[in-house]
Parts: sequence; C-alpha cells; structure tokens
Amino acid sequence: MIRFLIPAFLFLVLTGFLFVGLYKDPSLIPSPLIGKPIPSFATSTLRDPNKVITDRDIQGDYALINVWATWCAACKQEHAALVYLSEKLQVPIYGLNYKDDRASAINWLQQYGDPYVVNIFDENGRIGIDFGVYGAPETFLVDSDGIIHHKLVGVMTPDIWEKQFVPKIQQITSVAAK
Amino acid sequence: MVAEIGQFTLIIALCLAIAQSTIPLIGAYRNNLSWMSVGRTAASGQFLFLFISFICLTYCFVTNDFSVLYVANNSNTKLPVYYQISAVWGAHEGSLLLWVLALAAWGFAVSIFSRALPADMIARVLAVMGMIGIGFILFTLLTSNPFERLFPAAIEGRDLNPLLQDPGLVIHPPMLYMGYVGFSVAFAFAIAALLSGKMDSAWVRWSRPWASIAWVFLTIGIGLGSWWAYHELGWGGWWFWDPVENASFMPWLVGTALIHSLAVTEKRSTFKSWTILLSIMAFSLSLLGTFLVRSGVLVSVHSFASDPARGLYILIFLAIVVGSSLTLYAWRANQFTSGGRFDLISKETMLLINNVLLVVAMITILVGTLYPLFLDALGLPKLSVGPPYFSAVFVPLMLPLVILMGIGPIAKWRRVPVKELFGKLKVLLLLGVALGIILPLAIYRDTTVMTAVGIAAAAWAILTALYAVLRLVIKRDSSTSFAKACSKIPRAMIGMVTAHVGIGIFILGVVFTSSFSDQKETSAKFGEEIELAGYTFVLESVSGVQGPNYQAMRGSVNVTKQGSPVAMLYPEKRVYTVQTNPMTEPGIQTGVFRDLYVSLGEPLNENEWGFRIYYRPFIQWVWIGTLLMALGGLLGAMDKRYRTLAKAEKKATNSNPVTQTTSA
Amino acid sequence: MNKALIFIFMLFLSLLSVSNAQIISVSPEYQERYDHLLHELRCLVCQNQTVAESPADLSNDLRVEVKEMLERGATDQEILDFMSDRYGDFVLYNPPVKPRTYLLWIGPFLLLIGGVIFALMLVKRRSNNVVDNELNENEKRRLKGLLDEDDKEK
Repeated sequence: MIRFLIPAFLFLVLTGFLFVGLYKDPSLIPSPLIGKPIPSFATSTLRDPNKVITDRDIQGDYALINVWATWCAACKQEHAALVYLSEKLQVPIYGLNYKDDRASAINWLQQYGDPYVVNIFDENGRIGIDFGVYGAPETFLVDSDGIIHHKLVGVMTPDIWEKQFVPKIQQITSVAAK
Repeated sequence: MVAEIGQFTLIIALCLAIAQSTIPLIGAYRNNLSWMSVGRTAASGQFLFLFISFICLTYCFVTNDFSVLYVANNSNTKLPVYYQISAVWGAHEGSLLLWVLALAAWGFAVSIFSRALPADMIARVLAVMGMIGIGFILFTLLTSNPFERLFPAAIEGRDLNPLLQDPGLVIHPPMLYMGYVGFSVAFAFAIAALLSGKMDSAWVRWSRPWASIAWVFLTIGIGLGSWWAYHELGWGGWWFWDPVENASFMPWLVGTALIHSLAVTEKRSTFKSWTILLSIMAFSLSLLGTFLVRSGVLVSVHSFASDPARGLYILIFLAIVVGSSLTLYAWRANQFTSGGRFDLISKETMLLINNVLLVVAMITILVGTLYPLFLDALGLPKLSVGPPYFSAVFVPLMLPLVILMGIGPIAKWRRVPVKELFGKLKVLLLLGVALGIILPLAIYRDTTVMTAVGIAAAAWAILTALYAVLRLVIKRDSSTSFAKACSKIPRAMIGMVTAHVGIGIFILGVVFTSSFSDQKETSAKFGEEIELAGYTFVLESVSGVQGPNYQAMRGSVNVTKQGSPVAMLYPEKRVYTVQTNPMTEPGIQTGVFRDLYVSLGEPLNENEWGFRIYYRPFIQWVWIGTLLMALGGLLGAMDKRYRTLAKAEKKATNSNPVTQTTSA
Repeated sequence: MNKALIFIFMLFLSLLSVSNAQIISVSPEYQERYDHLLHELRCLVCQNQTVAESPADLSNDLRVEVKEMLERGATDQEILDFMSDRYGDFVLYNPPVKPRTYLLWIGPFLLLIGGVIFALMLVKRRSNNVVDNELNENEKRRLKGLLDEDDKEK
C-alpha cells in the first residue's frame, strides 16, 4: 500500500539533503552586501592620523579591499600573496586595518612589504561592522561604482585569485568597457 | 602492547558480530535450532571482547600511555584520575567505543533475559543487533580507531577539553548512549516482527520493557546533559536548543510516543503497524543524531571534531539500516491486521492524538534543526534557527499534550461517555486553573497569561495523575483495607503516575524559571553591595588558587538577605595549563525554591571585577521532574506481568517449541 | 601578593589574546531590551552561541553597538535589521518570516492539522468497525495459556 511507503520516501529526501550538506561548510556566512555599494565611512589613514579617507577615495576599474590586522595569524599567511598581486599584477588593494595598533601595523608593513594603495585605519572595528567583517582576513572585490561583487573569507592564495576573482573582474571590466 | 590487545579484541568482536548477524538468521529460516542458538553465544562473546577492548583503552589512559594518539590528544599526567577515566569517552574515537560497548551490552542483556522467547524470534532479534554492531565496529576500526599509535610517543598529553572536566560529564555520555542504543532492541524486535510476520500481544509484552528501559536511560542522559550545561557553561541556562541537544531530544519524543503506542498495542491489539514504525523511527533518530553530531554538517556548541569521511560513512550506514528497514516496513506492514473497535471519545483516541502530537513535535524539531542545511543545500541565503523559534513553536504543540495527559489515564478503552469524563474531571480542571492564576500571584505578585497557562497545565498534570491512582484506593470495596488497596495497584500504574507527576513538576520548574528569573551583569568593586531579587551580593575578595591542572582566580561572594547571611559563594575563573582557554566555574547555592548563581567575569582593575548574578527560581524542579519521569519509566518496566510472563513463556516454549516457530 | 596575582592573571589572559565576554553596563531603562536583543543575535565567530554569551571579540563590539543604538533611541526591529543588513539572516536566531521560511513557520501547524485529520479518519473507520476482532483465535488461546500460568504463579 502506498501509505506505508511514505516514511521511506521522506527518508530518501532527507538523505539526499544530508549528503549535499556533508560537502558544505556550515560556518561560512555569505555576505548580504554583495551587489550593494560599500558602506560609507570617514576615518584617518593608517600612516597619517591627520589625513582623512572616505569611501569615495576607493577608485579604479576595480579594487580589492582587504581586511587585516597584525594580531591575525592568517593575515600573515596571505601577506605574500597580496604583495605578489600588487607588485606583479598591479592589482589595486586597499587595506582595512581592523582593530589594530597603529605603530605595530606600520612596522608590519615595513617588515613584510606594503601591497596597499592606502590603508583605512579602523581602530575600534566600527567600520568592520558596517562591512560585515566577522573574521580577518577578508577580501572584498568592488567595481568602479563601489559596488561589492565578491567576498572571500579566509586566506587569499594565487589559486583562489585565479578561480574566484579573475572571472569576476573580467565581468566587471567588460561591462565597464561597454 | 595493551593498545594492540584492545585493537585485537575489537576485531574479534567484529568477527563475532558477523557470526551473530548471519548464522541465527539462516537458522531461523531453516528452522535449525542449533544455528539459531549461535546468536546468544555470539552476543555474549561480542560483549566480553568489547569489554576487554574498552578496559584496554581505559588502562592506556590511566597509565598515561601517550604512545596512543587518542590518549595523547585527550589526557594529561596532571589530569585527576577520575577525569582520566571519563576522558576515555571524552572525544570522538573513545565515545564511539563506548557506544559499541553499550550496544553489545544490550545484546548481551537480551540474550540473558529473553530466554523465554521463541527461539526464532530471539535469533532474528540478535541477528539484527549483530548487523548494527558490525556497522559501528567497522566504523570505529576504519575511520576512528582509538588505539592508533603515535610515533614517536608524546612526552605529555594535550589534556581533556576543560569543558568536559565536570562530574556531570562523567556519567552523561554513558547514560545517553545506553538510551540511544537501547532503542536498537525495540528496533530489532520490530524488524523481527516484520521478517516473521508475527506480532501478537506476547510480542508487545516482550518488547515493551526494553523500550521503557531505553527511554529511562535516555531521559536520565538528557537530564544530566542539561544539568551539566547549567553548572559548567556559566550562563544560568539549562537548555539551548543546540543541534546536539535536539539530536537527543528527537529520539526521546518518539520513544515517548512508542511506549504509549505499545500500551495500546498490548492492551487492544491495535495500532500495530504504527508501533512498528515508531520502533524503527526511535532508533533511526538515534542514528541520525550520531550523524549530526559527528559529521560536522551543523554548527553546534559541542560537536565532535568533524571529518567528512566519517560523516559519509555514517550517512551510508544510516541509509542502509534505515532505508532497508523502512522498505521492509513498506513491504510487510500491511499484513498486521488491527481491528479493535473504539469510539471517538476513548483511551485509544487520546493515545492516538498523543502520538500525533509527539511525532509532530519531533518533526518540527527535525525540520528546525536541519532548515539551515536545507537552505544551504538549495543554494539559498543562510539563516539560523535558534531558541526563539523553538520556544515559539514547541510550546503550543505541548500544551494540548499536557491537557490530554490528564484525561487519558482516566478514560476507558473503547468508549467513554463525555459526561462521565467531564463529571470526574471538572473539579480538577477548575482547581488547576485556579492554581495557575493564584500561585504566581501569591509567590511573585506578578503574572502573565502565558505563566498562568503554564502553571495551570502543570497543576492539571499533577492533580489528574494523583487522582488516577487515588481513585483506585478511594473507590475500593468496603471489605478491602486501605493498605490492601494500595498494594493492589499495579506497578505499571504507579510508574505511569510517577512519570506524569514528574512532567507536571518539570513544567512548574520551566515556567517559574522562565517567568521569574532575574539577572544582573555588572562590575563590582570589592565590598560593593549589589541587590538582586531581594538578596544582597558582595564580592569580598578575589584570590589565586592552584588546581591540579589549572590556575584559578576565586572570588568570595557573601550573600545576605535583609542582613542575615544566606551563603558564601566561590565562583572561579580558571585557566587550564595545557589548553589555556579560560573557563568560568560558577558559584551556586541550590535551594528547593530558588538557586543563587554567580559567575566571575574578567578583572577591570585591581579591586574591581566583572560579575554576573542570576536568580533562578524553581530551577531544580526541572531535574527533579526529569528524575521522576525516569523513575516512573523504570517502575513501569518492572511491572509484575513482564516477569511472570518470562517464566510462563519459558514453560510454554519448552513444552511446545514447534508451534511457536512457524511463521506466516 | 593578591594584586600581583591578579596582575599576572590579567597579563596571562591578554598574552593568550583570549577575550572574554566583557560586561557592558547598560542603563536600567534599556536593560531588559538589551538582554533580550543579545539573546536573539547569533555570534558569528563561535560555534552556535548567542551574542549575549559569546566571549568573542566581535561579540563584544556588537554588544557595544546594540547598547549605543538603544541609547540613540533605535527600536528593537531597527537594531535587528541593522545586524541582518550586515551579516545576513544568519545573525538572527529568530528567523524572519519570508517566502523561504514559510515552511519553517507554517509547517508544524499544517503537519499538526494533517495529523489530527488523519487520526480522526482512523477513529471514524474504527468506530464503524462492526467486528471487534481485537484478538484472533490463535492469540486468544495463547494469551489464555499465559494468563493461566500467571494465576498459578500467584
């Protein structure tokens, strides 16, 4: 009889979902900011406490905004990749120095190289909240209008760059060309 | 060497499980008694060897054998010996060994206590349990071997997770696993019934006490888990609707439905296929819980280290076990004719609605727990389903259940006139409602509609349960004495009443704590007076304490009420030497009507500390109620009729085994 | 002595760069809403914990944010919207009612109605059942045998 088959059927559906779920990361939080303009802010730059930087200062056909801090171990891991992107591929990277100490951050850049066009200094993490930052490092991809197209949570690698960012950048620049 | 013995005995146990799952089953089909009897021997052997294996692992822990990877990861020379023993089940691999051992223990128990069963029935039951055993022992050996060596050996162990260094966690997992795995017996009975096509009243009488005992273990296990959360997490909460908790709550709900549905099947020989389905579901949910906790598909406070390979293994195992049993069910369930006639207003209907409510509650929790996963799998934006959702949906489902719980025990089988029921219960109904309105006002001078409804429900549950048993004594013949009448009450009846009173007390606890709790988070200077719920809390000092494997700052908190001393509490902030995460150890004064609970925050300066105080009225009633439920289940399972049945069956079997074993 | 110990302890905590659920004093008029809101928000960094209970640094920041928004006169809904605009619905423990959560919110009650209808249909069928064959002949004989044995035991 059909009704005795219902439990087996429901279980089949459940198993399907569980199987798919097995290969998803439940702690990854997709950003609701994708497709929206970057939040507005006005703060000082990292290197010069008297110089004001706002969201309108982020310019170019596309740009990366990289959230980092000296207390963040994974940031150190990805630093070489950022330097590579900036120096070899001329990728414009804006830094968002998140809840950090100004002196140690400047020191870090002198020691490991400075891949950033300029650094936004977010001392108390308030700008980070507007960006929906929940774990440094995070990297945002924005277009010339300041619209966010992609967000990476975790370490940037050349491989991730190729797979996740390059196609999106091609999309952005081809649209901009039209 | 000891670790190798442990591993070797584990492999022997696997071989015995294979023998247990095949030979008796073939024997049952060929009607070969000696083949069937292999089941009992294999079950005993499997238990023996797993026990040796478990002892070996314990030995490695107690002797600090850090050449065993699992020991090195979860123990430490400084760890007190009782935590070294409980560390055996402190992480994934060892807890799995405990799980397998519990399964074998149930198989062993079945082989001992069911000697009265027809040989083919016991053969099938043990074979099914053997199959489950194979699955889990293989899982242990292939993906999670606790005996894996570490070379070179570690000099010192990485210590047990500090969260687990608590008395509650020493006994919580064994109880919980005995409950989870215990449903495998009812499951095996159900599969045996489907295979043989035989399911009569005697079948129910065999399988019912097993289901009840498993339910008792699960109840105690869940209760201990929540007691641990209250004592160890430092937030004064006792239930968080975390996936881990939900994983254990779902089989509990279905298990509760099962023990009620078994009652109908036993007494009225009806709801047969439904009872079978519930038996399958209760154990399937235990397996599902294992999957959810160990695969990492959900984010949970205390899930085990996740590993997709393990997840995949359990999922495949789950698919085989549950998929095949549900297919078998679909194929053979229609042969169980149930025809007992009953009316709309009857005990049968009420137990049916009881089952509907419990299963709907279970599905609600299942869907709520897995909803984030569903959306993620469909590529939709993620969301979280947390306590606000579960309380909003779960409570309205439970309220009708509690109302029914008062009527059910008094209603008669087949049919009962509404007038008669209402006549008996109207006084209790009014009394319950009155108590619901008056009690909160009398104690706290405050109430809300929800509080009044909750207390009324609790009062109703307790009053009706007491009435159900007292009327047997009150309405005795004039010739019977009071004592005689009391002694004639069946133990199953006493068990039911105890469990139902337990639920009432549990609800009282839940409603009072959630309605009238008070808390304060503040910073406290030494000597500063902080008022909460009529009590004055003074943090007098904070001093350093050296524990066996931790350092702590211990606060001394003087609690007074209108000048007279109430308690000295000593909350601690601990930093464990090896794992270094700070732990909050609250100071609690437990009372019948309220707990005072303080936990220490972080130092702000030399003489000012962050400080949390909680006033938790009636919170102990939550666990007292849980204990009563468990006690009730135990009393019910010990009813005389199950024991006399065993003896009677034995005689019947001995005199005429052939008629018993022919199957449809 | 004691001061030194506390100092060492504080140093120890800070060296480990472990943070703690910082206690943030809120004026009594907001306390209840503050507590309630924090229990509705999910910590983004931890395993399944509310912002109220989470020791994570980010949760401390969010607690401050909630407090400041309350002081600026924001409504509860505005605060929850603020959070979900930045972190998605993931941050809300109480899932908002949207097309993709209809099943979640209405499902249980549909299921309940379905279950009760199913039960009542079954009851109707059973109450019209003329033959009360609760035990078949075989079973009766067997049970009788058992009960006789029962009596002998007494």
